[in-house]
Amino acid sequence: MDLFEHQARELFERYGVLVPRAEVAGSAPAARAAAERLGGRVVVKAQVKTGGRGKAGGVKLAADPAAAELTARQILGMDIKGHTVHQVMVAEPVEVEREFYVGYTLDRARGRFLAIASAEGGMEIEEVAARRPEAVARIAVDPEEGVTEAKAAEIAAAGGLPAEAAATLHRLWTVLTEQDALLVEVNPLVVTRGGAIVALDGKVTLDDNADFRRTYAYEDTGGAGLEAEAAAKGLNYVKLDGEVGVIGNGAGLVMSTLDVVAGCGARPADFLDIGGGASAEVMADGLSVVLGDPHVRSVLVNVFGGITACDAVAEGIVRALDTVTLTKPLVVRLDGNSAARGRAILTERAHPLVHQVDTMDGAAARAAELAAVAA
Amino acid sequence: MAIFLTKDSKVIVQGMTGAEGMKHTRRMLAAGTDIVGGVNPRKAGVQIDIDGRTVPVFGSVGEAVDATGADVTVLFVPPPFAKAAVIEAADAEIPLAVVITEGIPVHDAVAFHAYARARATRIIGPNCPGLISPGQSNAGIIPSDITKPGRIGLVSKSGTLTYQLMYELRDIGFSSCVGIGGDPVIGTTHIDALAAFEADPDTDLIVMIGEIGGDAEERAARFIAERVTKPVVGYIAGFTAPEGRTMGHAGAIVSGSSGTARAKKEALEAAGVRVGATPTETAELVFALLADAGDVHRAGQGRC
Repeated sequence: MDLFEHQARELFERYGVLVPRAEVAGSAPAARAAAERLGGRVVVKAQVKTGGRGKAGGVKLAADPAAAELTARQILGMDIKGHTVHQVMVAEPVEVEREFYVGYTLDRARGRFLAIASAEGGMEIEEVAARRPEAVARIAVDPEEGVTEAKAAEIAAAGGLPAEAAATLHRLWTVLTEQDALLVEVNPLVVTRGGAIVALDGKVTLDDNADFRRTYAYEDTGGAGLEAEAAAKGLNYVKLDGEVGVIGNGAGLVMSTLDVVAGCGARPADFLDIGGGASAEVMADGLSVVLGDPHVRSVLVNVFGGITACDAVAEGIVRALDTVTLTKPLVVRLDGNSAARGRAILTERAHPLVHQVDTMDGAAARAAELAAVAA
Repeated sequence: MAIFLTKDSKVIVQGMTGAEGMKHTRRMLAAGTDIVGGVNPRKAGVQIDIDGRTVPVFGSVGEAVDATGADVTVLFVPPPFAKAAVIEAADAEIPLAVVITEGIPVHDAVAFHAYARARATRIIGPNCPGLISPGQSNAGIIPSDITKPGRIGLVSKSGTLTYQLMYELRDIGFSSCVGIGGDPVIGTTHIDALAAFEADPDTDLIVMIGEIGGDAEERAARFIAERVTKPVVGYIAGFTAPEGRTMGHAGAIVSGSSGTARAKKEALEAAGVRVGATPTETAELVFALLADAGDVHRAGQGRC
């Protein structure tokens, strides 16, 4: 899960990293009140989990509390790359002398974390790395040693950061390890006119796999609508913007199903992996979420029975049909373990909206065709 | 022969006495796997009867290895305890640890991979279905009855796509199928499996399945261009995945412009790998390659 900037800021503060004074506001009057408490002149920043806020007009300086209210009114509700702004962070402005970039990220290829540091802060680091790779230092962190104070000094020196930044690098490493984060990024890390090292913006991605040992629960206001509903049901669902609903077993097979649907000229409406079991309850939950998407015109269920037997999946579909009112055509492809029995069960149920196709490619073609007819 | 796992492999199961562990130990035994023991410190000394076979439970991997000569361990240990279990296996210097467990924190995986690398243990996974050498041995959760022994080698990040291809190519059969897992940090990579298949005299052709996220497929493509002489057929999933979203597997995510399916497909094709547009077309490419070599041929199925 990605944290909002204000959550990252709070986390940094807890670990002794200097951050600007700031408050979160969900309304324009609240932003005004926050500005009053923060001394009048403030920066109003949209809280969305995506980059490019500045370019989109989501970060603005306000000269006084009245201006902060006006600015917050403009920013709240704004759409930035598909993310609606529900909150702004009102922060005290910082007099910046120099900007840097620092971050810790996972080096998947080597199976360890990597420190990235650059004296060219404030810009997209990927752009800097593409344009001037020599300006971006990448330093591997030994998994057993971590970032010691000596290592932090080495990273600071390699990135062209002042020696004083080493303490911040060391603290950010503690944030990464203690919070089970996959990414901790500060862009920019600034040196103020007064010589302080301050984290002016922060991006933190937490490892969902470590939720079981997390002591602090973050409110995840990122998801909405069907995704939130699916998450509440424990479903692995990603909303897309097409018209063919997709349900399948196994992440790879479902991703592949989306591609095959797209190859047939249709657009997948979602990614939904019901996993190995595919019980009637999971199937019913999955169907109700997918059918809840008003853009869906047909649904494709693609199951390969490996360990899961297709007859059990077919029973699940039949029982799901008793609890969910099917309003769109449902194309089912069952193959693999016990496929013949599974197909026979669906044939016997003879639901008028259920179509069986025995191959994955054929089923995707059929679902695409039915979605086109319904258009 | 086969890679990593043969009929002579002696397999132990860490977490055997749990529900998943028992279910899959039973399946592995039925597939002919030589399971020589389970590990559970709280049940050391117990003998467990599984479908007429008696499997002893040991208090540690070290004891199990000493008593049985085990050279493979399969782990069904829950995420909070997985790190300690892998480290225990590496301390016992068992040559192969197959980590089936899904949901292990990445920091734990980073730690145990580094630990195992410094010792003599190869890790497959985590978050993987394991590996099977059909007709010989099965270490993990791959169904053993959907294919037969043969001369294709398969390596994949995805479990169900592995099963799909095993099934579509069941008339030809496989030397070994290795599910390397969908996590961002894994032990055995596509490259490790490709190198092993290249060296395996019983593998004639390699099927490689990848998906979005990271650059393992691109690196594998470079390896294929430089080191692999056997024909390789590829498949990549995730062309329609949106940027920045995790697609089921923890590692399946396109970040900015990196990790895209297109880049992976292009890298593989540049290395001379034929890449199928669908799993079925991928299977057809294999049939066609083998038909060219005087083997079998199959007609295509209906599609759009």
